[in-house]
Amino acid sequence: MNATTNDQSPVDLSVTIGGIKLKNPVMVASGTFGYGPEYADLVDLNKLGAIVVKGICLQATRGNPTPRTAEVESGLLNAIGLPGPGVDGFVSTYMPFLRQYDVPVIVNIWGKTIDEYAAVARKFDQVPGVAGLEVNVSCPNIKEGSALFGTDLDMFRRVIEAIRSSTRLPVIPKLAPNVADITAFAKAAEACGADAISLINSFPAMAVDIKTRKPKLANITGGLTGPAIRPIAVRLVWQAAKSVKIPVIGMGGITCLNDGLEFFMVGAQAIAIGTANFTDPAAAETIIEDLRSYLVAQKYASMREIVGTFSP
Amino acid sequence: MTMYQENAIVLEHQPIQGGYQLLQLRAPEIAPHVKPGQFVHVKVPHLNEAVLRRPFSVFKADGDTLAILYKDVGKGTSTLTHLKYGESLNLVGPLGHGYPEMSEGSFPILVAGGYGMAALYLCARSMPVKGVAFFGGRAARDILCVKEFESLGWTVLVTTEDGSMGQKGKVTDALDPWMAREGAVLKPEFFVCGPSGMLKAIASRALARSWKAWVSVDNNMGCGVGACLTCVLKVHDDEKGDWAWARACREGPVFDASDIIWESID
Repeated sequence: MNATTNDQSPVDLSVTIGGIKLKNPVMVASGTFGYGPEYADLVDLNKLGAIVVKGICLQATRGNPTPRTAEVESGLLNAIGLPGPGVDGFVSTYMPFLRQYDVPVIVNIWGKTIDEYAAVARKFDQVPGVAGLEVNVSCPNIKEGSALFGTDLDMFRRVIEAIRSSTRLPVIPKLAPNVADITAFAKAAEACGADAISLINSFPAMAVDIKTRKPKLANITGGLTGPAIRPIAVRLVWQAAKSVKIPVIGMGGITCLNDGLEFFMVGAQAIAIGTANFTDPAAAETIIEDLRSYLVAQKYASMREIVGTFSP
Repeated sequence: MTMYQENAIVLEHQPIQGGYQLLQLRAPEIAPHVKPGQFVHVKVPHLNEAVLRRPFSVFKADGDTLAILYKDVGKGTSTLTHLKYGESLNLVGPLGHGYPEMSEGSFPILVAGGYGMAALYLCARSMPVKGVAFFGGRAARDILCVKEFESLGWTVLVTTEDGSMGQKGKVTDALDPWMAREGAVLKPEFFVCGPSGMLKAIASRALARSWKAWVSVDNNMGCGVGACLTCVLKVHDDEKGDWAWARACREGPVFDASDIIWESID
């Protein structure tokens, strides 16, 4: 009997992102995986590179009215509006569950003011089981401020500096795609002490119901995700990755390994699966297995060897 | 309540009447666990531009097979009609909270609009007491499976808006006089599935007279498992004396009619 099993695969899938050790470079993206338990029946959480939970702010929030999403060609428009249990609600309701697993938990945080961002970061600093903070400076669906933090370079710097000085946890700003020069934001994140960056967040967008002449979202505008935005994301990840030394987490419409490989090749050290979790809850696990097979077939010893191999 | 994801195999797929399709699947992981009123989330094959699955009530579940009854109403369902014998269909399920068991001493009344009866069949089959089922639709082609419900022991009363089958009018045009005649001596308990206008009509009658009513809502869904928060509706939060969101996919799709804030439902 052949003793070789998958677990003893000669390929090293592990990566370290801003000090967070991941057993593989495939995460699930914030807002598409709830807080973990929602998918626990369908996905072996221990197999994921990391879980990035839905955005958390200081207080419990209700989010936007309905309709909150609209399916469009090869994409999903959403304006959920970041409903959530707040820091305390999240920590008491979900952290005991998440601590049972051997998977890094990255908490996506947001606030309406710089002080709120800093306060949330400070609170999570004391919470066991939290591996890092992804900073949502770019949710297009919050009226007060948040989108501005992602598109105004000065505001962006101030919020990242405030968070940096409030926590020892790895800080990962999530960049907005709708800026003229992504490298300015990537460099600013690095200069302000960020440990990694992730991109892209959803792209501001809208759709009209031509029968009623009304918007398809109650919020009128929303964020576009899914395969429709992938080429935009690949371009931005390429530009951002070239401009900084800190690791880049790439995301935007990844549905399969080939999609993910584009991101690795242009410089992402890890990727996140978002909307594809809705289409196929097994997507992330499938991509991890397919990545392993690909690396074996291509005779790579480590996943890190394919990062940045794009050759224009 | 455990969820599964599996590739079900098509055993039979045929049009039944008026744009309605019956799809029978071998789904050995999901089928044995289905409870009345639950749904499955379906990845429509050959429709790659659709990033979302489509939710369908489980019509029947026996052993390792289950059936879905649906109407061709849009791109997703239209593409689904091409699915052939032996092909596979990726399902996630069983999902959501379905209908509870009827309470002891109550007289069950089913109210269904169009293919809403599909969500009620398992409920009708499992109930120890067979009561009356009100089926409503626009026309005769929207009235499905009357004989199947009758053979389970239910009395089926049909209404159609165009009068092409049964009494002309809406379900309430048949229900109201029936309740006036028979309802006084009964402790009715309603099990409802249909368009939101119908749910509202039944809920308002039930709430006015303190009758128990369970309604299955048909909200647009995203993930189907409670993560994306697309399908939320407003419910009473008695603890806080306020309202709260509830997810149709997780807390529902079946709700106690008295929990829903009906003014917020279109």
